[in-house]
Amino acid sequence: MMLDRPQHLPLVADPAPANTVWRATSETRLSRVARIAGLAALAGLILLPAIAPRTLLQDLFFVFTILTLAQLWNVLAGWGGLVSVGQQAFVGLGAYVLFAAIGLGSLDPVSSIAIAAVATAIIAALIGPLLFRLEGPYFAIGSWVAAESLRLVCAQFKSLGGGTGMSLQSSVYSSLPGLKSVQNLFGVRPAIARDIVLYWIALAIVVVVMLAIYRFVKSRHGLALAASRDNDRAAGSVGVRTDRIRFALWVAVAGMTGAIGALAYLQKARISPDAAFSVTDWTAYVLFVVIIGGVRTIEGPVVGVMILWGLIFYLSQYGSLYLLVLGVIAILVMLFMPKGIWGAASHRWNVQLFPTQRRLFRNAYH
Amino acid sequence: MTILLRASALDAFYGDFQALFGVNFQIARGEIVAVIGANGAGKSTLLKSIAGLIDNRHDALRWGDEAIGDRPAAEVVRLGIALVPEGRQLFPSLTVEENLLVGAYCGLRSAPWDLTSVYDAFPVLRERRDSRVTVLSGGQQQMVAIGRALMSNPTLLLCDEISLGLAPIVVEDIYRMLARIRDGGTAVVVVEQDIVRALKSADRFYCLQEGRIRLSGTPSEADSDTITAAYFGT
Amino acid sequence: MMDWLDVATQGILLGGVYALFALGLSLVFGIMRLVNLAHGDLIVLAAYFVLFTSSMAGLPLGVATALAIAAMFVLGYLLQRFVLERVLGDEIMPPLLVTFGLSVIVQNALLLTFGADSRRLQAGAFETGSVSLAPALKVGLAPLTTLVAAVIVIALLQLLFYKTSIGRAFRATADNPEIAQLMGINQRRIFAIAVGISLAVSVVAAVSLGVRANFDPSIGPARLLYAFEAVIIGGLGSLWGTLAGGMVVGIAQTIGARINPEWQILAGHLAFLAVLMIKPRGLFPGAGHDAR
Ligand SMILES: Nc1ncnc2c1ncn2[C@@H]1O[C@H](COP(=O)(O)OP(=O)(O)OP(=O)(O)O)[C@@H](O)[C@H]1O
Ligand SMILES: [Mg+2]
Repeated sequence: MMLDRPQHLPLVADPAPANTVWRATSETRLSRVARIAGLAALAGLILLPAIAPRTLLQDLFFVFTILTLAQLWNVLAGWGGLVSVGQQAFVGLGAYVLFAAIGLGSLDPVSSIAIAAVATAIIAALIGPLLFRLEGPYFAIGSWVAAESLRLVCAQFKSLGGGTGMSLQSSVYSSLPGLKSVQNLFGVRPAIARDIVLYWIALAIVVVVMLAIYRFVKSRHGLALAASRDNDRAAGSVGVRTDRIRFALWVAVAGMTGAIGALAYLQKARISPDAAFSVTDWTAYVLFVVIIGGVRTIEGPVVGVMILWGLIFYLSQYGSLYLLVLGVIAILVMLFMPKGIWGAASHRWNVQLFPTQRRLFRNAYH
Repeated sequence: MTILLRASALDAFYGDFQALFGVNFQIARGEIVAVIGANGAGKSTLLKSIAGLIDNRHDALRWGDEAIGDRPAAEVVRLGIALVPEGRQLFPSLTVEENLLVGAYCGLRSAPWDLTSVYDAFPVLRERRDSRVTVLSGGQQQMVAIGRALMSNPTLLLCDEISLGLAPIVVEDIYRMLARIRDGGTAVVVVEQDIVRALKSADRFYCLQEGRIRLSGTPSEADSDTITAAYFGT
Repeated sequence: MMDWLDVATQGILLGGVYALFALGLSLVFGIMRLVNLAHGDLIVLAAYFVLFTSSMAGLPLGVATALAIAAMFVLGYLLQRFVLERVLGDEIMPPLLVTFGLSVIVQNALLLTFGADSRRLQAGAFETGSVSLAPALKVGLAPLTTLVAAVIVIALLQLLFYKTSIGRAFRATADNPEIAQLMGINQRRIFAIAVGISLAVSVVAAVSLGVRANFDPSIGPARLLYAFEAVIIGGLGSLWGTLAGGMVVGIAQTIGARINPEWQILAGHLAFLAVLMIKPRGLFPGAGHDAR
């Protein structure tokens, strides 16, 4: 009973009846409702290709990739304290590894995405120790320098199109898993079937990444990291090697970012160093989505990406105006709503769909 | 006797934590007032409230007729209130002379204290004027801290534990200096944990315990048992 | 076989440009620990301001520059008072994100106003003029002036920091902002002036950039990165170190460009990463307490 009246720690002053049992949980009634609603929404999204027009699927593909990148950046910067503005490095690397694997290694697309993730993670592990020497805010610019260097390196590979880039042959997509069945099932052309399969892959990745992040931030390691974010020494004295967790997080986030980069450029079918390593496309959007939605929440980026989608929908005809508007909104949110739209709403009405703070409940049973 | 500064029902907070409870305090021109109390009693908090480092209720502090409880520190010093902070808190990348000059940043009054008169009061500082303050001895650093506060030519000088960690002979020198400053018309508040030292030079005293004034009066009228009781809360 | 003397000279001259880019960044980091990700774009903004008032409105370049210095100082002051001040604190993320947002805003506002075309400041014969330093060593007048300007700006900043009351206030605030307030130093005003000076200095960088090379709204981030590399290589908080750091980047880029024109920028980045690997605290760590 009383499960819906969460109380915050500490509870020392409140003498509990003798038979009270304290239970630490992060679940609320709302979060259970949200789980059921979430499962229903997921089922709807899985079945969506049966009725949705192709442009909607393409839009949602974009939404899923940006949302995944936003969740990844959020866990890296929000929980890990690693404020990188160079995540385009890993998008670009993942994309280039995919093009190399398909174009030069003649591998199938799905294995190429996996290889892109692993290769990107390895490169992140190599440059990480160097960047970690830069403290605090300088890490941000350092990550940007690393991304620029990698862009220039990728532009050197003449076999991958050098500075101008290259395209994928459409025959590449014939080995996408399930393509034939989708064609038959929905009675669509191969190009549409390809979009449907890629949509499903993006959906699967965003769901898996969100669940994994949710589990991580609630885990012992995630909590230790959050506690140490502003105070390394305090965490060190507790005996948790947060530097190792942080490094592992950096590598894992880079790997998943690489997978998204590979997937995004598999869908675009055309790559160039300037596009794949674009700070605007792959970092500015992502940062704005997290800021506007709310840093350090799982729900925030979901809200943020919806707003981004709406802005692009209504403003992209005016060229770069929507980026300007996005930047202004992001700054206003930082100034007047530092926890973001979701953070402010969640604080105001005390709702959390993905509760990441533990709360104590008093139970009368024994 | 003109009251310079009066604190009435002063409460002070660090976030949610309340450090002072309804403190009433006053000081007049030409007085040395001691504030004594054990560790954590709230002595530094009282001085920081007066100096404007802690924001208070508008009318909790009055400077003459003016309510100054919510003035920021940078404006309080312009009124003529200077703080020698606990632990000296010199600017480590500045030389001795630069530390003193920063004290005169407002430049509102230039007499009686300027570089020359501070150097005359603490001749050793003149020799070390171009040294970084980090290489000075503790006593010399304390002199810089006092000199820096004097450079603003305050009407009220607040000194937080200026004898801590110094040799007794240096402490005597510094207190002789404070008496001279007082004789020049400046009111002085000295915060000390060392009851004897504080009461020896003070005209009046307050004893703080857990954020409340437990005792006040003149050193001559208070007997040591009463003071000890107020100090330790026995 | 490359001509080493020529490479070194060109590299050092280029380093002067990068040092100019970097000084404003170094300044605000030293005084208030602010890393301004919009620094490069604000330099480009200043360049457009000068372009607009000189080429388009017809003022002489010198007058336009003076006007821009005043305008950018005011902009920096207001930016700090109304935007940055609200997010500066113990957390590193808010100021980074706000200045990143600012970078995107400035870039796109310039793009919408002036378009994506490349521009250049007109400085007459000065642009192409050159002087002979030695029989076989000719250097461009514009790059040489830039280096001289960098040295003059650093010397002026040093004078400001060490010989003036406000300079002491800057350094005292950098040391201990709370105690500095006890001296009557208004921290908000000091920080706003610091950002103002940083942007005023960036006008000098902007003019030297605009006279030497083409610019368009998108080149800001690249300038930020060169500047940042110069600051880190030089060692945080040392203005002369920043000049040396700029020269390291400049020489590395010049050598890279001689080997293969495509490698110019990459060579600079690699030099930076190499320094980071060998001397993570820069070549002159704590060399000066300039601006700290
Ligand atoms: N910055 C702060 N934040 C929170 N609490 C504080 C802070 N500074 C002091 N306190 C608390 O306020 C109370 C009074 O502290 P204060 O420093 O005024 O004591 P004090 O009498 O000067 O002690 P001491 O003799 O040790 O200097 C103490 O309980 C202390 O823990
Ligand atoms: Mg104290």
